Amino acid sequence: MKKVLINITVAIVAILLPLVFRAPYHQHILITILIWAALGTAWNLLGGYAGQVSFGHAAFFGLGAYTAGILALHYNISPWWGLLLGPLVSTLISIPVGLICFRLRGPYFALAMLALGEIFRLVFINWVTFTNGAKGIMIIPKITMKLPYYYMALGLFFLSLTITGLLIKSRFGYYFISIREDQDAAESLGIPTTRYKLFAFLPSAFITGLTGAFYMNYIAFIDPNVVFSLANVSVMIILVVMLGGVATLWGPAVGAAIYILLSEVFRTRMGAASVLAFGILVCLVIMFLPNGIVGELDGLRKMALRKMNGGEKSGLLRG
Amino acid sequence: MAFFEVRRIVKNFGGLCAVHEISFSLEKGQVIGLIGPNGSGKTTIFNLINNFFPLTAGEIYFKGKRIDSLPTHKICALGIARTFQVVKPLKRMSVLDNVMAGAFLHTGSTSQARARALEILEFCNLINKRDLDAKKLTIADRKRLEIARALSTDPELLLLDETAAGLNPKETEEAIEVIKKISRSGIAIIIVEHKMKVIMGTSEKIVAINFGREITQGEPREVINHPEVIKAYLGDHYA
Amino acid sequence: MHLLGQTLISGFLLGGMYALIAIGMTLIMGVMKIVNLAHGALVMVGMYVTYICFVLWHINPYAGMFISMLLLFVLGSLIQRYMINRLVEVDSILPENQVLLTVGISLVLTEVIRFIFKSDYLSVSTGFSGKTVFLGKMSVSVPMTIGFVIAMVFTYLLHLFLNRTDLGMTIRATAQDRDAAVYMGVNVSRVTMITFGLGSAFAAAGGSLLLPMFYLWPDIGHLFTAKAFIITILGGMGSTAGALLGGLTLGIAESLGATYISMGYKDVVGLVVFLLVLLFMPGGIKSLVKR
Repeated sequence: MKKVLINITVAIVAILLPLVFRAPYHQHILITILIWAALGTAWNLLGGYAGQVSFGHAAFFGLGAYTAGILALHYNISPWWGLLLGPLVSTLISIPVGLICFRLRGPYFALAMLALGEIFRLVFINWVTFTNGAKGIMIIPKITMKLPYYYMALGLFFLSLTITGLLIKSRFGYYFISIREDQDAAESLGIPTTRYKLFAFLPSAFITGLTGAFYMNYIAFIDPNVVFSLANVSVMIILVVMLGGVATLWGPAVGAAIYILLSEVFRTRMGAASVLAFGILVCLVIMFLPNGIVGELDGLRKMALRKMNGGEKSGLLRG
Repeated sequence: MAFFEVRRIVKNFGGLCAVHEISFSLEKGQVIGLIGPNGSGKTTIFNLINNFFPLTAGEIYFKGKRIDSLPTHKICALGIARTFQVVKPLKRMSVLDNVMAGAFLHTGSTSQARARALEILEFCNLINKRDLDAKKLTIADRKRLEIARALSTDPELLLLDETAAGLNPKETEEAIEVIKKISRSGIAIIIVEHKMKVIMGTSEKIVAINFGREITQGEPREVINHPEVIKAYLGDHYA
Repeated sequence: MHLLGQTLISGFLLGGMYALIAIGMTLIMGVMKIVNLAHGALVMVGMYVTYICFVLWHINPYAGMFISMLLLFVLGSLIQRYMINRLVEVDSILPENQVLLTVGISLVLTEVIRFIFKSDYLSVSTGFSGKTVFLGKMSVSVPMTIGFVIAMVFTYLLHLFLNRTDLGMTIRATAQDRDAAVYMGVNVSRVTMITFGLGSAFAAAGGSLLLPMFYLWPDIGHLFTAKAFIITILGGMGSTAGALLGGLTLGIAESLGATYISMGYKDVVGLVVFLLVLLFMPGGIKSLVKR
């Protein structure tokens, strides 16, 4: 009951927020937070719960964005159709990618995904006739107000959260975490590990592609070095999750909010040194909050509960 | 045809022959022991049965079906579950969640999986620890958890890999009781074990191996008094 | 025909120097079992140190290299001791977060350098940087040849160190089986610290030797991380000989690619090869030979 009340409060606050912050700049920051929250939540399903750390999610973000962009560039179709087609393209591509890369474990999977992400970036730079190369694609947006974008981004985040939430409460969640904790043990318990990794990968790629398509429509300009970026998309998604809380439902959203707000402060206050400050932040987070803010808070809360009750609640579904 | 049969299985690792032409079989509900000195290939045989490693040669049959080329998870789904000598708890999951992960094999419903898992925890004397994270368990409890998790997949054949290693005498007695209880419920068991007390207390038949080859198999009393078996364990002087 | 010859020779020479950088990485990966994405940044810092020595104090880059190696040894040891080593103690859900830590370290190093030197392209010109000698009709660059020879000497010295000295053998033992090494009384935390320092020093050496061939700017580190990775995976992790073989292969492949394939897709080819090796030859090129 208490949980339902909290959820309703959060929803109302989220809906009213842009009516309080009316300046376009503030609304832009809110939209950016929601985009990263959606991306982080989607990555978390594969990376945090199923333990398959992808350093190449930019590939799916970029594919979604470029699907929308190319519809407008070559076929004169509204890029809004990209919201339908973009995630489909990302999901379709994720199937062979997953089947190939899931042969590898741990850091080797991470490296293979990193290489794949970079391959997509280079191909989209060099395939000039189809993608317009490094010049990128620009569209003229029909909607210029921020408010509609805000609610779309909110919907996107809600979708990401709902899919993740539903999956992890079911058999899928138990299987994902089993695979992360010990793949051999999982396999010997009758869990088809490759198939379930794919079950985590598909929705993750779907949401990431959808967010990419939304990004194209919102920002109205993309180029391969931005949407397929290793540092600014792939690594950033992981950071958002690690900052907020690996394998927690709300962690990525918390991470996105803190990260976007901090980087705005860094950018406006420090100028050139902002990336340096950011790098230092990355190191500190990993060294001192290895499971993210929500993850560590959870641990602390659990410890307190145990002291009070002398027992501990079942702890699979955190946050 | 036997309920479960291993027929002339061979495993080579590079030039090293780990298992050579081992054959044995068991009937439904039967308990057999697999004994041999350290490094004689017992755990490798388990890894071959559930296909962690592919066979170099030979065949494995279960309920009349050849299973040696099936993937590990399918072998489990058919009804062969195992425990690990070096325990593999799902560390950041609670004891209950560990067992539920196995129970989901036969149901998609969370509440059914939970109910089944609670039954099994009761059976294995782990019910009081159900909410602890698996990484916090003592070694004895981890061994129990291995068995509980294997049972949660509703096996017809259970492979127990040194479940009594590292246990004190009292815990060993309890382990023997649990194994007997499992056997009474109709599940066939293959036990790999160093503690002869466990083997003698439970097995109807023993297969003795050394250097990956069979020394002898048969009645427990005969096997442990077999001169080759004594030699393998204690050296030439005692044979 | 002599275009091909010249391409092969310069690729070979370049590959020798790449190998030195990759040996640093393979040493670290072998002993610590970690993926170090900050390796290129260490190369970059090493190059800047050699550059400063040259510009401020007119120290010849081949002498400056030793100062750079010393400094990077200290820097690497400190990074290992106070940052990466910390992750051994914390209980994290994803062990891969060490990869991300090295990304963070790489960011910090790159940005510190950018803060001091700005993003300008720098280059070193000594009396002989443009010099070439002729081998028949083929011209061979002098700094490349010197660099190659020094790289080979270093590789040989490392080989002797790992095989003939107590410390070297301790490092190899730790790489082979960390737990067993602990039981044998090896001070593993000291060994890993020294290994990381050594790896960083080799990165600095490789970078310094390549200084005459590359423009220097803060982001050049990524380039070397990628190269060192491809070489390490090609060569099979933790093997000095493998890294040498991988380095030469990459050098030759790169210079063939630059001559015969369009610039744009050159990197794609490299990455695809990397993926294929990762997927199908877990032991690197050597696994082909052994079979």
